[in-house]
Amino acid sequence: MSDPPPTPLLTLRGIGKSFLGVRVLDDVDLDVAPGEVHAVVGENGAGKSTLMKIVSGGYAPDGGTVEFAGATRTFRGPRDAQRAGIGIIHQEFNLLPERTVAENVYLGHEPVRRGLVDRRGMVERTTRLLASIGETTLPADARVGQLGVAQQQVVEIAKALALDARLLIMDEPTAALADHEVELLYGLVRRLQERGIGLLYVSHRLAEVFDLSSRITVLKDGRRVTTVDTESTTADELVRHMVGRELSSYYPDRAAPEDRGPVRLNLRDAGNRKLRDVNLQLRAGEVLGIGGLQGSGRSALARAIFGVSPFTTGDVTLDDRPVRLRSPRTAMRAGIAYVTEDRKGEGIVPRQSVLDNALLASRAVFAARSGRPARTARVRELLAAVEIRGAGDDQEIRFLSGGNQQKVVLARWLALNPRILLFDEPTRGIDVGAKSAIHDLVRRLARDGAAVLMISSDLPELLGMSDRIVVMRDGHVAGELPAGATEEEVVALAVGTALETTA
Amino acid sequence: MQTVQPRSLPLRLPRVRPGGVLPILAILAVLLVLVGIRQPDFLAPQSLMSFLGRSAPIILLAAGQYFVIVSGEFDLSVGSLVTAQVVVAARLIDSDPARTWPVVLLLLAFGALVGLVNGLITTRLRVPSFITTLGMFLILVGAVYLWSDGAPKGGLSEEFRRFGRRAFEDVPLLGRVPYALLVLVVLAVAAVLLMRSDFGRTLVAVGDNPRTAELSGVRVWRTRTFAFILSGLAAAVAAILLGGYSGVSFQAGAGLEFGAITAVVLGGVALGGGRGAVVGAMLGALTLELLFALMNFYGVSGALRSTVQGGIILLAVAVSATRSSSR
Repeated sequence: MSDPPPTPLLTLRGIGKSFLGVRVLDDVDLDVAPGEVHAVVGENGAGKSTLMKIVSGGYAPDGGTVEFAGATRTFRGPRDAQRAGIGIIHQEFNLLPERTVAENVYLGHEPVRRGLVDRRGMVERTTRLLASIGETTLPADARVGQLGVAQQQVVEIAKALALDARLLIMDEPTAALADHEVELLYGLVRRLQERGIGLLYVSHRLAEVFDLSSRITVLKDGRRVTTVDTESTTADELVRHMVGRELSSYYPDRAAPEDRGPVRLNLRDAGNRKLRDVNLQLRAGEVLGIGGLQGSGRSALARAIFGVSPFTTGDVTLDDRPVRLRSPRTAMRAGIAYVTEDRKGEGIVPRQSVLDNALLASRAVFAARSGRPARTARVRELLAAVEIRGAGDDQEIRFLSGGNQQKVVLARWLALNPRILLFDEPTRGIDVGAKSAIHDLVRRLARDGAAVLMISSDLPELLGMSDRIVVMRDGHVAGELPAGATEEEVVALAVGTALETTA
Repeated sequence: MQTVQPRSLPLRLPRVRPGGVLPILAILAVLLVLVGIRQPDFLAPQSLMSFLGRSAPIILLAAGQYFVIVSGEFDLSVGSLVTAQVVVAARLIDSDPARTWPVVLLLLAFGALVGLVNGLITTRLRVPSFITTLGMFLILVGAVYLWSDGAPKGGLSEEFRRFGRRAFEDVPLLGRVPYALLVLVVLAVAAVLLMRSDFGRTLVAVGDNPRTAELSGVRVWRTRTFAFILSGLAAAVAAILLGGYSGVSFQAGAGLEFGAITAVVLGGVALGGGRGAVVGAMLGALTLELLFALMNFYGVSGALRSTVQGGIILLAVAVSATRSSSR
């Protein structure tokens, strides 16, 4: 543990917060010096987001003190914190796409001349502001909707700076960025540092944390595990602090060739509005990985099999019998389960209990054959088996972390004993610990004879989990790769040779 | 009114589970105390039983409205449906006792049919339920006028009217127990059991997030349509009780849809669906009726009823909105 710098910009002491009796933060201390990048890491559900919301005025803490720029503060809301000089850059941007960069930067506090908005002054000031953080190529009068993600992020940062932010919170700032854009963000962060701005940097990606921060605070289950100097620690040590164990073998063993059973699901020239001529076989006992870019038809494939937007052409056979999967209900009756990528939008019923969420599919489609109490007991066992931490079965699911919510969704499907499981980004937005728990579970299901199709944008995950990889491009199958393929091979298939010829 | 509002404020303070029945129970208790102070006789078994019997129709309508609201929709047609039912019953029975039971069954079928049409138009034709049921409201009003040439015809049989009027006499401890109260208790228990069943839990899930429900195999359109049918059935039963109690007129069901919606909201059920208990909705209706009784005891003009209802709707929705968005 290092000596805290002489004059901290932000000092948190003993911060605590509960939601409906569940303690999500307990006695957390943290400080940030001017010009320091202080990283906060931890699994999802460790309390990072809640802590950031407390600093930025989104939540009021139940206990402890927030000291900022030498005075104890009680923020009555995000605006209050903004006025004090604390800005937050969320993962999802808060910009008006139809307005210009300058209009967004000065939204709500436009410079005024003779009672009217001084447009020219606003553009000039924005240009100067952007230049001060080294951004000279971004026109202040460009429409925000036309900008790329990285540039929109710059606009967000400029917006905070226009409000004289002295502390900036960045929540997973690279989540939406492409690799080359990350470098730009690094430069930006360093220039902010030079201006004496303190940064709280929340990220899952340890590489970034090591590149940027001078100190790292690890949260686990709402408590601060430790704060370390970045120079004196290693990634392994951090991961140990985060999960309380070594993550030596990241992915479970693949299926042995003799474990692969007969073809369960066979698609022949199947297609619909988003897919064409898809030929694909899914075998019992295997994990078939589906790679490809966003919009390449990966999700459309899963949704077609599950009957959400069914195939309109081609043939589908299930265990050698032709089937027509017209709706989720028919797919479920055929033994298919689908874990959506949009957990919040279509994976959970947020205000219902964990138990009600886990029972949803069983209640909707299958009458309780062995009686309702027996079914409920079985689902409770499943919930215990997937290890949902920090919540009872009667807790509303929206108060759980992403990883725990996903486990509840899994329990919902496992209750149906599915023989074919379609996973769409099963570990997106999920912490390291829950991630490997889900990986283990997926492999266990395959080993027990289920046929698993897994879509993932996370290449290490795709390569580590799959027994075979099918890569999609423009709504059809671009190619298939065996286990042990490289990231480069997947990417080459996903972008296709078209890129090489046009470039 | 001045005495009620400051008292109802503390319900915001304790940390209670959103959608629970504790706040409405607290309000009800406060109102009972106020009534007890002003009019102790009211709390005697005799008058309390008759009050509960009188309140049965609106409580049943609140339960019916609850099913629709918790699934994420609205039913504005119940008031005019009650009127239509009463007028139709009078004309078809035409004071002939022998026709009582067939007409009762017909009314139930009529209520279910109106609910079915509301549900199908809302779910299959994707007309917002606010508009669907407003349309149904107007259609029923016009149709009833047309069918009866502007004045209710015929009359209800004594047989028919007994449901809303008569009571079990000389019950030990309670005295006179209205039939209506018995009907209410039976149906209230049925409603509670229904909400504990798979259908009930699924109904709330549909109101909470219909897309998740659909992807979990729920036939969202069927579930919601069934909620509308339940509301229509509740209106039929309410009409039978109301017709018996207060007789036949074009005003029989006037304003009941808003009374029911107010009661549901007061009972802690979220507009837009997904949260709240059917018991809360029914207690909300009881509370509303008690409030009106109290206003009466304090000599407040009955003309203020709708103003009070409007105020309650705004206040209750505002409280629940700030609570659900609060930290």
